[in-house]
Amino acid sequence: MRHLLKYLKSYKRECVLAPLFKMLEAVFELFVPLVVASIIDKGIAGGDKAHVIKCCVVMITLGAVGLISAVSAQYMAARAAVGFATGLRHDLFKHIISLSYKNIDELGASTMITRMTNDVNQAQTGVNMFLRLFLRSPFIVFGAMIMAFTINVRAALIFVVVIAVLFAVVGAVMYFNIPLLKTVQEKLDRITLLTRENLTGARVIRAFTLEESEIKGYGSANDELYSRQQKAGHLSALLNPATFVIINLAIVVLIYTGAVKVDAGILTKGQVVALYNYMSQILVELIKLANLIVLLNKAAASSDRIYEVFKITPAIEEGGRSAGDKPQDASAESVGFYHVGLKYSETGDEALTDINLSVKKGETIGIIGGTGSGKSSVVNLIPRFYDVTSGCVKVFGKDVRDYDVKELRNMIGVVPQKAVLFEGSIAENLRLGNEEAGDEELNEAVRLAVCEDVVKLKGGLDGMIEPGGKNLSGGQKQRLTIARALVRKPGILILDDSASALDNMTDLKLRKGIGGLDYDPTVFIVSQRTSSVQNADRIVVLEDGCIAGIGTHEELLEDCGVYREIYDSVFHEG
Amino acid sequence: MKVKTDRKKTVKRITGYVGRYRTLAALSLVLALLNVSAGLYVPILIGRAIDCIVYGATDYGKMGFILLNAVISMAVSGLSLWLMNEINNRLTFSIVRDMRNEAFLKLHRLPFDYLDPHPTGDILSRITADVDQLADGLLMGFSQLFTGVVTILITLGFMFMMNPLITLIVVFVTPLSLFVARFISKHTYDMFGAQSGIRGKQTGLIDEMIGNLKTVKAFSYEEKAMERFDEINLRLEGASRKAIFYSSLTNPGTRFVNSVVYAFVALFGAINVLSGGMTVGILASFLSYANQYTKPFNEISGVLTELQNALACAARVFELMDEKEECDDAPAAKQPADNVSGHVECRAVDFSYDKEKSLIKNLNIDVKPGDHVAIVGPTGCGKTTVINLLMRFYDADAGSINVDGKDIRSMTRLSLRNSYGMVLQDTWLRHGTIRDNLKMGRDISDEEMIKAAKEVHSHSFIRRLKDGYDTVIGEEGGSLSQGQKQLLCITRVMMALPPMLILDEATSSIDTRTELKIQDAFLKMMEGRTSFIVAHRLSTIKNADLILVMKEGNIIEQGSHGSLLKKKGFYYELYNSQFV
Repeated sequence: MRHLLKYLKSYKRECVLAPLFKMLEAVFELFVPLVVASIIDKGIAGGDKAHVIKCCVVMITLGAVGLISAVSAQYMAARAAVGFATGLRHDLFKHIISLSYKNIDELGASTMITRMTNDVNQAQTGVNMFLRLFLRSPFIVFGAMIMAFTINVRAALIFVVVIAVLFAVVGAVMYFNIPLLKTVQEKLDRITLLTRENLTGARVIRAFTLEESEIKGYGSANDELYSRQQKAGHLSALLNPATFVIINLAIVVLIYTGAVKVDAGILTKGQVVALYNYMSQILVELIKLANLIVLLNKAAASSDRIYEVFKITPAIEEGGRSAGDKPQDASAESVGFYHVGLKYSETGDEALTDINLSVKKGETIGIIGGTGSGKSSVVNLIPRFYDVTSGCVKVFGKDVRDYDVKELRNMIGVVPQKAVLFEGSIAENLRLGNEEAGDEELNEAVRLAVCEDVVKLKGGLDGMIEPGGKNLSGGQKQRLTIARALVRKPGILILDDSASALDNMTDLKLRKGIGGLDYDPTVFIVSQRTSSVQNADRIVVLEDGCIAGIGTHEELLEDCGVYREIYDSVFHEG
Repeated sequence: MKVKTDRKKTVKRITGYVGRYRTLAALSLVLALLNVSAGLYVPILIGRAIDCIVYGATDYGKMGFILLNAVISMAVSGLSLWLMNEINNRLTFSIVRDMRNEAFLKLHRLPFDYLDPHPTGDILSRITADVDQLADGLLMGFSQLFTGVVTILITLGFMFMMNPLITLIVVFVTPLSLFVARFISKHTYDMFGAQSGIRGKQTGLIDEMIGNLKTVKAFSYEEKAMERFDEINLRLEGASRKAIFYSSLTNPGTRFVNSVVYAFVALFGAINVLSGGMTVGILASFLSYANQYTKPFNEISGVLTELQNALACAARVFELMDEKEECDDAPAAKQPADNVSGHVECRAVDFSYDKEKSLIKNLNIDVKPGDHVAIVGPTGCGKTTVINLLMRFYDADAGSINVDGKDIRSMTRLSLRNSYGMVLQDTWLRHGTIRDNLKMGRDISDEEMIKAAKEVHSHSFIRRLKDGYDTVIGEEGGSLSQGQKQLLCITRVMMALPPMLILDEATSSIDTRTELKIQDAFLKMMEGRTSFIVAHRLSTIKNADLILVMKEGNIIEQGSHGSLLKKKGFYYELYNSQFV
């Protein structure tokens, strides 16, 4: 919890005032038993009706002032708690989207989603209740004790003992309950995961008619959640009855010893009633406190889970190792790989081994190889989606790790394998490539990417795309993502197997368009079809993460066995 | 007015869920009664004990007896409270478990025309976050609403026995408290509804951004995403602050009414004592009751706001549960014989996703058992739509699709889909081991699995993974490449071959060399099976018995490779582009 407290910083005033107002309210409440004692000892014992009436007016006034303080406190608490959650969500979201490819691979989306939603909500409720009650309740408890001391020191000692016992009980429940609540959350995560999977995989599940086994699997995950909840529930169920019994036993002792003191003339009857009232007040507050503790336990568990996400540091650190370096002569080399090695996990095998390649500005490089040969890995290193584990990658003569990441990525247009568009208009999506692009430039990119028909179908550049591009087919999405990259007019264009869902005619038009670009970008085309790369200036053939050959189509046919095999497979097909 | 009836309906449905655990609910009620009456008896006894205290003449024997009774009552009260808490936990968790199961079941009955256009995040938030909030609300409802009401009734009874006049005063002042609570809760329901709605939107955005984080990064969309997020986040802040603040007014409001009641009891009680109508001890019990009597009003009003929130969430859950389901399988539908021969006919089929824009019009095809049908055409021409219809992911608007002469709407979806094997362009893998992903819960031996993996050449890369077939892969395949995922999906189908096949761009991300190797396996797999293939590769297309050429949702040409080439139409154009 304490790691997240900084989100309350801008609400210092509220955080101080809310409990303060609550305390004020509590103070007024604490006066009430004294007023009652006065009614009994002065008003009744003395037969003074006027005093009784005066006391009652005082009580109502105390209540009214208490109301005003309470309303102010609630407002402050709501402001602070909601502000806290808003700030926290903002930072958490910012943090999550700052994570690198590697982190994303490891974490998975559903965990992050529950943390951003459920857990932040729990934390918000926790803060709100904390500000509203957590100070009020102990204040009343200790306040009642202090009031008891003013009445009679020996009787007040009973209060001390009772409060110590109560805190021990509450502390113990909290101590054992927090880890249990954590397991409840874990099971809840699992439920979210399964629900999400079943939503995204609905087609496959129905095609395989797996509905029943999925429902069964979900049912048993749900049962597990249930049994965890039960387990955690046993402890919280004990809290209220325990406090009730402890307090009432204390009252019995109080009355008995009080009786002895009244008998001896040390106490008045009214004072015994006052002591009894104070003990009752403690009981009322403790019941609230117990409920609150359950809530706070949940909030604390949630905070821990949120903090876990914050603890993950992006695997890619913002560059600028030697930011002063000027890029070298741009005409010489646009992208260079120097003895590059890459491992995705520390224990795993290398995905790329000793890659050496120097690409001139304006060159078109085809990258070809079998499934899992490392084609995507090679191009992912250029915009620094992953960091090399050995060697280095240079863009325009400067190590990619020395660039500001944003500056580096702005020079590169990437069309990823998975075509993803966001909710919004087509124009908005295309402008991701370049915010300043005018409609003219957008239309030009659309034409180059052969997706004029798609734009027309959706009603022009202002046509809306649904979340996840759900209202477009795979090929339509792919062409729009290509247009998006072209809007940037990038110095380096990477097509990572981006034409897989395109038919040959479209593919051909696309390649022709890119070939004729006037700003002469360096182009990387990743593909599995030799037809897509055979017109490239040079083709890099990859096999098991190593370069098996570099050259033109003809050269490779001549002396690269792997390439010939790939080519023959297509030829055979035609 | 509408809100009110909606609310009533929601409450009624929740009551329906509670009804399933009637025994537990009844037991909870009995225990609440026991807990409250024993608990409330304690102040009476304490009051009597106080009356035994007289300066210099205290009756210790009598007082000891009374206090012993008090100890017994409180033990009974504590014990029943504990049991009640346990029961309430069980009750709530069971109900929520049921609801989750039902919502999940519903998920599998929703038609694709609901699922496709609805953001995953929103549906997700209904099944998870909303159900959770409902659970919290229900638990509070059970543990405090019951006891609250019972406390009020019993206290009134006890008070009435002690002094009817003062009780009447209490009865007349307290409705004020109820009025305050009602007034506030009426206003907060809408506020919580608004909060819940904005929250759903936010979850949708989070899902979109986090689910596609890689694209976000590639285009440095971070700032834009942040902007969109902050806009919703600020709206949420406003709505939440309002909802939380207004709902939190209930407590102080009713508490003030309580202190007025308390003052009145003290006033009239004291006057009564003065006139000899009652003892100081009774006044003390009375004051204690005035506290206890009004406390439930506080609690109930607190619970009411929590319930408002829970109701708003429940309404969203029920909304999902009430979505139109896929129509039921025809009543006469039988499991057809296992030996589907694979004769597929489409007769005058019309279909479109958006009723405003027509897509497929008057589609007629006749596929003989064992025929291989290639569907070709430019991107976005509706090839996937045909598959959606064949698998009955969507129902045709007009016309009929027949398998072995029977309308597919007259058979069960289960049997129809079981007779198809399908590999989709969209590779879906789940968090779990490779083995689980391949077997998909079907009864298949390891030997068969490995044999299939070898045939489609996925065995070698699987073996090289950290734990082979037991390697756990992350959500959506984690770090596997697109091609590897596709190989796994093909292996999955290869392991149990139904009489008909659908291959939707099944090999688009697999390199040609591997594809060539798989080709034999594919051919073997397709042998004697009616197959529909959406493909770009000419070899597959050329050897097909029937080629359907699609453009803008319609089949514009159909026939064999040779006949289509002779026609020199759209197909001819398409074919030639491959070699330019």
